[in-house]
Amino acid sequence: MTSMVGLIVNPIAGMGGSVGLKGTDGDEVVRRARELGAIPRAGARAAAALEELAGAGLDVRLVTCAGDMGENAALTAHMVPEIVFRPATPGDTSSDDTRQAARAMLDAGVDLLVFAGGDGTARDIVEAVGEAVPVVAVPAGVKIHSAVYAVNPRAAGDLLVAVLRSGSARTREAEVMDVDEDAVRDGRLATRLYGYLRVPDDARLVQAGKVRSRSEDATADLLAAAVADSMEPGTTYILGPGTTIRRIARRLGFEGTLLGVDVVRDGALVAADVGERQLLEHVGQARSARIVVTPIGGQGYLFGRGNQQISARVIRATGFDGVIVVATADKLAALAGRPLLVDTDDEDLNRMLSGYIPVVTGRGRRAMYPVAYPRDER
Amino acid sequence: MGDPATGTVYPYIPNSVPAIRAGMLAEVGAASSEELYDVIPASIRLDHPLQLPGPPLSEYDLRRHVEGLLASNRPTSEVLSFLGGGCWPHFVPAVCDEIASRGEFVTAYHDGERSMLGSYQAQFEFQSMMGELTGMQMVSTTTYDWGTAAASSLIMAIQITGRHEVVVPASISPVRLREIRTICGPTATIRVVGHDANTGALDQAALRAAVTAETAAVYVEVPSFLGFLEPGAPVIGEIAKAAGALFVVGVDPSSLGVLAAPRTYGADIVCGDLQPLGIHMTAGGGNAGFIATPHEDRYIATCPTLLVSIVPTVHEGEYVFEWANFESISYGLRADSHDFAGTAQTIWAIVAGAYLALMGPQGMRELGETIMQRGAYARARLAALPGLRVAFGGAAHFKEFVVCFDQTPLSVAEINAGLREHGIYGGKDLTADFPELGKAALYCVTEIHRRQDVDRLVAALGEVLR
Amino acid sequence: MTARRRQGQLRERFHQAAWQEPLVIHTGQPGRRGMLLPDAGPEIRAAAGDVLSPVPNSLRRAEPPGLPELSQPEVVRHYTRLSQMVLANNVSTSLGLGTTTMKYNPVVNELLSRSPKLTELHPDQDESTMQGILELLYRFSAILAEVSGMERFTFQPAGGSQGILANALMMRAYHASRGEAEQRDEVITTIFSHPANAAAPATIGYKVITLYPGPDGIPELDALRAAAGPRTAGLMMTNPEDTGIFNPRVAEYVEVVHAAGGLCAYDQANANSILGVTRARDAGFDMCQFNLHKTFGVPHGCMGGAVGATGVQPALVPFLPSPTVEFDGTRYYLDADRPLSVGAVRSGLGNIGSTLKAYAWVCAMGAEGLRDAAHMAVLNNNYLLQKVLAIPGASLSFAATNPTRRLEQARYSWEQMAAETGIHTTSVHDRMIDYGVQGYFSSHHPWLVPEPFTLEPTESTSQEELDEFAAVLGRVVDEAHQNPGIFASAPHNSTAGAPVRQGFKPAMTWQAFEAIRDTAGT
Repeated sequence: MTSMVGLIVNPIAGMGGSVGLKGTDGDEVVRRARELGAIPRAGARAAAALEELAGAGLDVRLVTCAGDMGENAALTAHMVPEIVFRPATPGDTSSDDTRQAARAMLDAGVDLLVFAGGDGTARDIVEAVGEAVPVVAVPAGVKIHSAVYAVNPRAAGDLLVAVLRSGSARTREAEVMDVDEDAVRDGRLATRLYGYLRVPDDARLVQAGKVRSRSEDATADLLAAAVADSMEPGTTYILGPGTTIRRIARRLGFEGTLLGVDVVRDGALVAADVGERQLLEHVGQARSARIVVTPIGGQGYLFGRGNQQISARVIRATGFDGVIVVATADKLAALAGRPLLVDTDDEDLNRMLSGYIPVVTGRGRRAMYPVAYPRDER
Repeated sequence: MGDPATGTVYPYIPNSVPAIRAGMLAEVGAASSEELYDVIPASIRLDHPLQLPGPPLSEYDLRRHVEGLLASNRPTSEVLSFLGGGCWPHFVPAVCDEIASRGEFVTAYHDGERSMLGSYQAQFEFQSMMGELTGMQMVSTTTYDWGTAAASSLIMAIQITGRHEVVVPASISPVRLREIRTICGPTATIRVVGHDANTGALDQAALRAAVTAETAAVYVEVPSFLGFLEPGAPVIGEIAKAAGALFVVGVDPSSLGVLAAPRTYGADIVCGDLQPLGIHMTAGGGNAGFIATPHEDRYIATCPTLLVSIVPTVHEGEYVFEWANFESISYGLRADSHDFAGTAQTIWAIVAGAYLALMGPQGMRELGETIMQRGAYARARLAALPGLRVAFGGAAHFKEFVVCFDQTPLSVAEINAGLREHGIYGGKDLTADFPELGKAALYCVTEIHRRQDVDRLVAALGEVLR
Repeated sequence: MTARRRQGQLRERFHQAAWQEPLVIHTGQPGRRGMLLPDAGPEIRAAAGDVLSPVPNSLRRAEPPGLPELSQPEVVRHYTRLSQMVLANNVSTSLGLGTTTMKYNPVVNELLSRSPKLTELHPDQDESTMQGILELLYRFSAILAEVSGMERFTFQPAGGSQGILANALMMRAYHASRGEAEQRDEVITTIFSHPANAAAPATIGYKVITLYPGPDGIPELDALRAAAGPRTAGLMMTNPEDTGIFNPRVAEYVEVVHAAGGLCAYDQANANSILGVTRARDAGFDMCQFNLHKTFGVPHGCMGGAVGATGVQPALVPFLPSPTVEFDGTRYYLDADRPLSVGAVRSGLGNIGSTLKAYAWVCAMGAEGLRDAAHMAVLNNNYLLQKVLAIPGASLSFAATNPTRRLEQARYSWEQMAAETGIHTTSVHDRMIDYGVQGYFSSHHPWLVPEPFTLEPTESTSQEELDEFAAVLGRVVDEAHQNPGIFASAPHNSTAGAPVRQGFKPAMTWQAFEAIRDTAGT
């Protein structure tokens, strides 16, 4: 069974790092990087990942973009690719090229998309193909906040081989994060959630355990079903962003707003993608209200990142006890013991929310998990 | 309490030699092994040496001691026993004992599909052979016993249908029913349907009344706990299916050389016990359950045991076997709570597989036939005794049958006490569990019972009842 | 000592038996048979007549089952070959199987358990005819009572999970007897306890609250305080946990739960480190369970039969599963007339063959022997720990934040090695087998420790085996750096080639496999 793998290299990713720039997003920065003598490294990193694939002896068709956007990396790894996309101005590619290339790969019917880049590249990919095709991401950028990336190129190649060899169709959702430009302007370093890509669930990590484990997808669906089934009639529910929460919306029968906040009552969508003011109105009119949020993977932010609409005022209006935190056990495990974080602009509220909070992990299952607020950052 | 000061060298503890021990302690930087426990506070330390019997026993003394205890048992092999009812006396081929005592099977766990290939292959072969017997293409690894298999089958039906009532026959094994109640707990509402006093046929009118839009499963046993063969099995299955419920059939696999594969009369889920297949009774320690279903996602995803699947290797025609990967099955109904499968009774699956390989189709047919012949002979002989009645006279039987003693002044307990004096264990006393049968006992006759054995029982009963 | 195997010497040319043994169902020839059935004799046949004629047509078998037709030598060779392709504990050390306590299973106990005096017992025999086994069970209950500080034990649960289930059932029955069953619907457990501590109570309808470890790997007392309350039915926890870390404040946990009105169950799955050192009662627990197939030398049988011996404090004795074994001063008997009992969790007397082996193990060890075994298991583990941590890229979980000694096992991480080489813990597991040692256990899910592996040498492993095991790990890590390609299809010296899962669907019988293959082929 031949597998078709797509490859996209963002040739300028990572160039800024060697010359002290924070990424290469934006033409100005790229020009500046070139002037400073930055060396492209994404191609070499992509090739390193592909070498693992080339040596594995699998039945694979590799499709990619002309020149620096993939072809050269493939040839370096001694693989002969088919070209499905040619950038208009080779040698001066942009994020638009990345997006077009990704769509071309999707049209070609790839089973898996490999890309090398940084947070900006991941944003382009998520914008172009969303969750339509699983991806393996080779870290090559300066900024790597996104959870989609493998730890290094070799690990990415390794993952690629393992997935193709095992024939496993298991994937999980991983966050695409990038620096929050608004926060930066406020003088804060914060990251923002831009969407989710589907990455393979590492088949090798699923050793035959003593007790079988379920895929994260299946676990998250069960969790969403448990939360949806426990919703009380007449109560207004504020659903935060994220795929875990979107599964609850789907369970209720509508497509939730992935990066926004929805309002639900009696199993029906009342308002989609709403801001703070509307939330305050809905909570004000509600007989009772609840907020359903999930921590942003890896970092563990409950409030203050990616869901600023659910402001301190909204939380206070809803009531401290009205917060329902949901997360799969795997997601909590990925925090590696770090506490959940709250960072609203209301210090007292942050303090009140910290301590221990029950996190719903499944039907009739909760974890008692610590919550902290990042005092040191300020 | 310092270091264990005895300096005892234990045969089971290689490093108990004082010099080795001392060397190892030095390497870990501890003056004594007691020091390794400094994490345990004094407040929760055991404050006295364990008060247990004696010093370590030598192997010889151990054998004398344990064999001495066991000596006061009078097992069925030393008498003539007619006890069955969920744990049955069958002939155990020497080959089965040989396989069951291979240290490689006995002392292994489960890790590694290739380093443990042999045990996985034996497990898969067992599954394939049970598939042939039951007519199913999906067979589980073991459960603890038939009762847990039945409970699990019913929970599967509850998950698949999203309903919460199950219908069971009044003739069900009382122990099995207790297990079902314990394990299903609040997830299942159990309705019981009675049967005809002569033919044993399930009361279909009552069944139709009991089966509703809330029914997840109708469960029957073939043969029934009381030994008769349900004549209406296909119709019962149709009644269940017409209401959207699943038809669950419990079987004794030793009957399946002569009796139909349950799939052919409509079973959706089959469960039962492996103990008749070459496994010693061991007071119930030989019991092991199994579940068999069609090869459909809804069953595979809800089956609560571990599942072992065949997988091809890079070499043509070579296979390995591994725990199936359920994640590839998108089946959302699986409840969170029924998946703590772990250690069960795997060694008996290996032995049961060897038994089936040894018996083959011919052996299984002859086994079924001879059990039925001997049973028929025993029923006829007992029915001819004055004061005795064999219940369900209008039914075909397999392996077991109910003998009623209502015409006699003695209780079943008294009769069995009398029989014991003749070196006979009479049938299982049903008086408490099946009051409608009166003073009744469940007699079990298998391939191990000879004509002379039955004749001896008849003679002894004659004396006891005189 | 002079003859001692050179430290860390590896089995360079090891190869497991690789019989390329076909499936038994594909062997044999029509007409062969492996057994003759005893003949019923002419009188019975004549009297019985055609026994199948009264059987309803629908219940009569039309086609003979598709079983193989084999002579006896073929069957014996087949299964003997299969047995040779099992890297069992009797064959090679399984010390890598952490949490499983793969200690030596004394051969004499196997012999004792095969006595017809045991194997030919029927569970419904009159008590007068099985005084021996009842006495053994009664005595062993008293022994485990002393080992744990509990009052009485049952041996009915046929595995650790069923023992935990019995504990959860007793919690519910206890609260029901006080009219609080409805109100107390939550059970608290910890993430490093065996998953059955969460799953078993959930099975019977409990809501489950899981405590996560703090920085030191120990669940935080404050988290428990936040979780405990009027809805708490009880706490189910393992100690030491699967990380090998002993929770020294365990008694305070029990106090918190008791103060909230809940019961506490001690999962003693890892008791091999604490026999004769500390007991469930010393920490205040109300009930506990021992896995006899771990701590008490009973073999695992490729995953059963097993026994989850479950013990309780005096107040909970009425709730134990029925029947219990009783002694009236002259005779032993079974008591099933116990109205508060949780009922039966398994038929018969449980896996009494295994129970007998555990009893025999205790007799062979003696009181001091139990404690010496525990001490030696902990020493072996700490010795191995030092060797493992000397391997580049290996680390001990929670090492920086919790410097206390690990007891009988330890959970390690290859995080650094994996980052350097791209070789994961599962690949190391597969490659180890090429050197003749069984692969190790990684961790239960979810993996809180990245790239985990869990080793538990028990008291039965020799110093030479510990050295060899560590040397195997060291060699495999060298290979991860020097020759990572070798991991792709490892093990190479085992029984079969690498599985090909590309496009494959699970099939639990040959029939299903053929059906899937035929569908895919057309």
